[in-house]
Amino acid sequence: MSDQHYELHGQADMTPDLAPGDESEGSLGVRLLGYVVGLGLALLLTATSFFVAGTDLVWQPSIPVAIIVLAIAQMGVHLVFFLHITTGADNTNNVLALAFGLLIVFLVIGGSLWIMANLNHNMMPTDQLMQMQR
Amino acid sequence: MSMTAVAHGHGDPHHLRGLEAGHAGPASKRIVTGFGFWIFLLSDMVMFSCFFASYAVLSGQTAGGPSGAELFDLKKVAVETVCLLLSSFACGLASIAADARNRLWFQLAMLLTCLLGLGFLSIEAREFADLVARGYGPTRSAFLSAFFTLVGCHGLHVSAGVLWLLTMMAQVYAKGFRADIQRRFLCFALFWHALDIIWVAVFSVVYLLGSAA
Repeated sequence: MSDQHYELHGQADMTPDLAPGDESEGSLGVRLLGYVVGLGLALLLTATSFFVAGTDLVWQPSIPVAIIVLAIAQMGVHLVFFLHITTGADNTNNVLALAFGLLIVFLVIGGSLWIMANLNHNMMPTDQLMQMQR
Repeated sequence: MSMTAVAHGHGDPHHLRGLEAGHAGPASKRIVTGFGFWIFLLSDMVMFSCFFASYAVLSGQTAGGPSGAELFDLKKVAVETVCLLLSSFACGLASIAADARNRLWFQLAMLLTCLLGLGFLSIEAREFADLVARGYGPTRSAFLSAFFTLVGCHGLHVSAGVLWLLTMMAQVYAKGFRADIQRRFLCFALFWHALDIIWVAVFSVVYLLGSAA
C-alpha cells in the first residue's frame, strides 16, 4: 500500500505502514494522554449506556436504539484510542481489513435476523403444524 | 505504476533507484506480524458475530423459563465492565512501558491488567454458578443456551488472555525486551483490547437490551 502511495504521489512521502496497535508518533506523555482520553470517553459512554437502560426520563422505545448507538460509539473510541486504528495513510491496510470484517459481521447478524424474522412471520406455530399433519 | 515505469525505464529493472531514494521496501516483521494477527482478530470477531446472531434470534425463546430481565443483575455487570475497561487501560500502560523498555513499570502494569482480568472472570464465574444452581443452566431454554455460549465464549477468551499475559510477563522477565518478545506483546495487547470491544457489544446487546426489553 505504501508502494502505491509513493508511486501515485511520486515524492518523498516515505511514511512506512504501521502495525495495527502501533502509534505513528508521540512522546511518552502524549501517548499516555491518548490512553487517558480513551479511558475517559469509554467510561462516559458506558455510564450513559447503563443510565439510559434504567431510566424513565426518555421516551421508552428510543432506549434500545440509544444503547446500540452508544455501543457503536464506544467501539469506535476503543478502536481509535486503544487499538490505534486511524484514517492515516500509514493505516490503510488495517482499516481495509477492518472494513471487510465489519461487512461480514453485518451480513451475518443482519441476514440472520432478517431471515429468522421472515420465517417467524410466515410459518404457523409448531403445534398447529403438528395438528395438520395428523 | 506507469509513472515509475516511465521514470526509471529499462535502466533500472529492479527499481534500485527507488530504494536509494528512501523506498521502504518490504514491510518490517513487526508490521507483518501485527497485520496477520489483526486479520485473526477480525476472523474472531466474525465468529462472535455468529454467536451474537444466534443469541439475537433465540433471545425470546425462553420455553416458559425466566427471561433476561428477571435474571440479570446490572450492578454486577457494571462492575465487570469497569474491571475490563481499566484492565484495557492498564494494558495500554504496559505497551508504553514496553516501548520505553522499562521493566518495572511493564511488570506492574501487566500485574494490574492480570488482577483486573481475574476480577472480571471471578464475577462472571459466580454469576454462571449462581444461575446453574438456581436451575437456569444452559439446558433450561434456547435463550439460556445462547446466553451461556456467547458470554461463556468471551469468558474463555479472557481466560486464554490471562494465561497469555502471564507467559508474556515471564518472557519479559527472562529474556527482556527482545524484538520477538516485543512482537508477541504487540499481538497480546491487540488481543486484550479486542476482547474489550467484544465485551462492549456483550453488555449492550445481552445485558442492557435484555433487561430493557
